[in-house]
Amino acid sequence: MASKKDFVKFDKVDKSYDGKILVVKDLQLDIEEGEFVTMLGPSGSGKTTCLMMLAGFETPTNGEIYLDGNAISSIPPHKRGIGMVFQNYALFPHMTVYENLAFPLRVRKIPKDEADKKIDKALSMVSLQGFAQRMPGQLSGGQQQRVAVARSLVFDPQLVLMDEPLGALDKNLRESMQYEIKHIHESIGVTVVYVTHDQSEALTMSNRIAVFNDGKVQQLSSPDELYEKPVNSFVAEFIGENNTFAGEVSDISGGKCKVKLANAEILANPISVKGKGDKTTVSLRPERALINPNDKMDNVHNGKIEEVIYHGDHTRVRINLLGNSEFILKVPNSSSNLDIKLGNEIKIGWNSEDARALDPK
Amino acid sequence: MSSETKQILTTDGIPLEVSLKKAERRNKIKAFLLVAPLLLFIIITYVFPIGDMLMRSVDDKMVTEMLPKTFKAMEKWDGKELPDEEVFAAFHSDFTKLVDEKREGKLSTQLNYTKNGFKSIIKKLRRKSKSFEEGNYKEQIMAVHKRWANVEYWQAIKRRAPAYTGQKYLKGIDMFKNENGEIVSVPEDRRIHRVLWLRTLEIAFFVTVFCFLMAYPIAHLLATLPMKYSNLLMICVLLPFWTSLLVRTASWMILLQQQGLVNDFFVGIGLVADDNRPEMMFNKTGSYVAMTQILLPFMVLPLYSVMKTISPSLMRAGKSLGGTPFVAFWKVYFPLTIPGIGAGCLLVFILAIGYYITPALVGGASGTLISNQIAFHMKSTLDWSFASAMGLMLLTGVLAIYWVYNKLVGIDNIKLG
Repeated sequence: MASKKDFVKFDKVDKSYDGKILVVKDLQLDIEEGEFVTMLGPSGSGKTTCLMMLAGFETPTNGEIYLDGNAISSIPPHKRGIGMVFQNYALFPHMTVYENLAFPLRVRKIPKDEADKKIDKALSMVSLQGFAQRMPGQLSGGQQQRVAVARSLVFDPQLVLMDEPLGALDKNLRESMQYEIKHIHESIGVTVVYVTHDQSEALTMSNRIAVFNDGKVQQLSSPDELYEKPVNSFVAEFIGENNTFAGEVSDISGGKCKVKLANAEILANPISVKGKGDKTTVSLRPERALINPNDKMDNVHNGKIEEVIYHGDHTRVRINLLGNSEFILKVPNSSSNLDIKLGNEIKIGWNSEDARALDPK
Repeated sequence: MSSETKQILTTDGIPLEVSLKKAERRNKIKAFLLVAPLLLFIIITYVFPIGDMLMRSVDDKMVTEMLPKTFKAMEKWDGKELPDEEVFAAFHSDFTKLVDEKREGKLSTQLNYTKNGFKSIIKKLRRKSKSFEEGNYKEQIMAVHKRWANVEYWQAIKRRAPAYTGQKYLKGIDMFKNENGEIVSVPEDRRIHRVLWLRTLEIAFFVTVFCFLMAYPIAHLLATLPMKYSNLLMICVLLPFWTSLLVRTASWMILLQQQGLVNDFFVGIGLVADDNRPEMMFNKTGSYVAMTQILLPFMVLPLYSVMKTISPSLMRAGKSLGGTPFVAFWKVYFPLTIPGIGAGCLLVFILAIGYYITPALVGGASGTLISNQIAFHMKSTLDWSFASAMGLMLLTGVLAIYWVYNKLVGIDNIKLG
C-alpha cells in the first residue's frame, strides 16, 4: 500500500478572525497517510485554528485545504468524515457510552448488528468492554477520554484530529494515555493530527512534529531531529532545555564558524548564519557539554559553579560560563568522582558540531 | 462482626452518634434561627390563608346556626312529604328569634342561593308572622304563600343543614346537588364556569407554546453571542420585566385597539380595509398577545441558564461525527435543554393559568380567565366561599400539573437558573 505523501495538504492557508491580524500565515503543510503529526506550539500560535479549519469549524481566509486530493473548504464538517477528539471529550452527557459510540454509525445508517460489532471492537481497543451501558458522568476522566477516542474511531475515519485531548488528565494518567493512543495509532494505521502545547507529549507520540509560533510552522520534522537539529532559536528554546550564547560571527570556514562573545570566542556549527558579522545565538543542549572532558573537544572553557540542584537520577549544575550565568549542565549521578561543589571552578567542554549557531533572538 | 462494631465510642467513652449530635446541635439551632423568620412569614402569609380559604370554601355554618331547632326537628323527617307540625313549630321559633335580631334578611339571601324564590316568601312570612297565633304553625305558615306548602322549599332548607358542604365546588364546575341528592349539571344555558376553566387551560397552554417558540431562539442567541452583545440582548429581554405590568398591558391596549398602531400599519400596507379593521383587543387575541409578551422572560431565563452550560464542543462533536446540523441539534443539543424547557414551560403555564390583571384589561368578555371570575366573586358578589372554592380548585389544578410533570420529566430534572 503506497501511502500518499500529501494525504492532508494545507496550501498557502491564511486565517484571520478580525481582518487585522493573521493568526495563521501562509501555512504550507503536507501530512502523509498513516502518519501521526503533532502541531506543537504555545497558546495563541495558531495550531488549534489549523485543526479547526481541517475539521471544518473554521474556514480559511485564503488558500485551500486538501484531503486525499480533494479541496474541502466548502464541505461542511459533517460530510468530511473526519473523527475528532475534543479538549473536554465532548461526550454527549445524556447518552450512554454505547449510544455515544452508536451516534456516528446511526447517522451513517449502518445496520444495528454491524454497528454493535464496530462498537465492541472500538471499546475493546480502548479496553473499556463492559462499560457500554454507563453514562459518561459515571466514568473517570481517563475513561471518558478513552470513550472519546473510541467514538472518534468507531466509524473508521481516514483521519482523526485530536485537540489537546489529554490536557485535563493528571500526569501519570496522561503518560499512560500517550502510549495507549500511540499504540492504537500503530495498530490501525489511521492518520492522526494531534494538537498539544506539551512538548514531551509531542516527542513521545509523533512521527513528525510541526512547531507553530506566531501563525507559522517553524519546523516540521521528526522528534529526534527537532531536538537535535533545531533550525531556529525559537524551536531550540521551545523544545527541551537549551544553553545559549549571543554573539557575532567572526569567521566561517570548513563547516565551522567562530563566534565572538563579549569576552571570549567559541567554535560553532553554522546553521542560519551566512557570513562574517552576522549576529547569532548559539544553542547548546545541556547534555552535550561535559565536565573535565577526556575527549579532544574543540571548545573547552572554565566556569564557576553557582548552583547545584539534586534531581535523583541526575544533578543540575548552574554555571557561570563565558558571561552566561544561566548555563545549565546535567551530570549523571553515577559520576561520583566529579568535584561538583558550589563555588568551584571547573573545566567544561563541547564539540563545535553540537553548538548550533542560529538566528539571533 | 457487625454487632461488635455497632456502637463506636469516642475516646471519652461517649457513643459516637451522641457525640456527633451534640457537636452539630449548635449549628442546627443556628441554621434554624436563620430560616425561622422566613418560615414564620410563610406560615402566616401562605399556609394560614390557604387553610382559611379551605375552611371558608366548605363552611356552611351560617344557616345551620340560624335554624338550630328546625334542623334538629328535621332529623326525623324523611324529606319526601311535607314535614309535620313539629318542624313548622321549630322553624317558627327560630324565625321569630332571627326577626328579633334582624337577621332574617341574611337567611333569605342564603336560602335563595340554594333555591330561587325564598327572598319574597321570607319577606312575606316576616310581615304575616307578627299576627300568628300560638299553635298549629303548619297551617298558618302554609297560608302565607303557596310555596311554603311546596315540599321542594322545605327540602331546600334541609339541604342547608350540614355545617360543611361541597356545593361551592360543584358550583365551580357548573354542577349542583338536586332535590334528590343527585349531582347533576346545571342547564346548558347557565353554564359559565366550565367554559372559563377550559378557556383558562387553552389560553395557558397556547401562551406556553408561543412563549416556548419565541424564547428558544432568543435564549440560544443569548447563550452563544459574545458577552458584549449578549449583555445588551439580555437587557432587552429584561427591560419589559422591570416595567410595571399595568404599563405594559396598557401599552398593548394602545397598540392593538381598532384605531391603534398595529391596525393603522395593516391599513397602511393595504393588508386590511380601513372600514374592516380586525378586533385584536378585548378578546382572546388580546389575551394571547399581551400574556405571551409579559410571560416571555420567564421562559427565556431558565432556557438561557441551561443553554449557557452546554459546551459548544458538543454540537461540534455531533457534526464532526457525521450528524447534519439538524441531527446534531435534535439529538444532542435539544435533549440537553429539556430541563430548561421543563422549567420554563412549568413557570409560564402556572403563571398563565392564574393570570388576572392582563386578561381583565385586554381580554374583554371572551378573553377573561377563571381568576377574573374569582376576583368578581371576591369583590362584587361577596361570595367569598365560592371564590375560595374556585381558588382552591385552581391551586389543586396547578399541583396536579406539577405532579404530572414530575411523572413525565422528573422534578429534579428542572433547572430554574
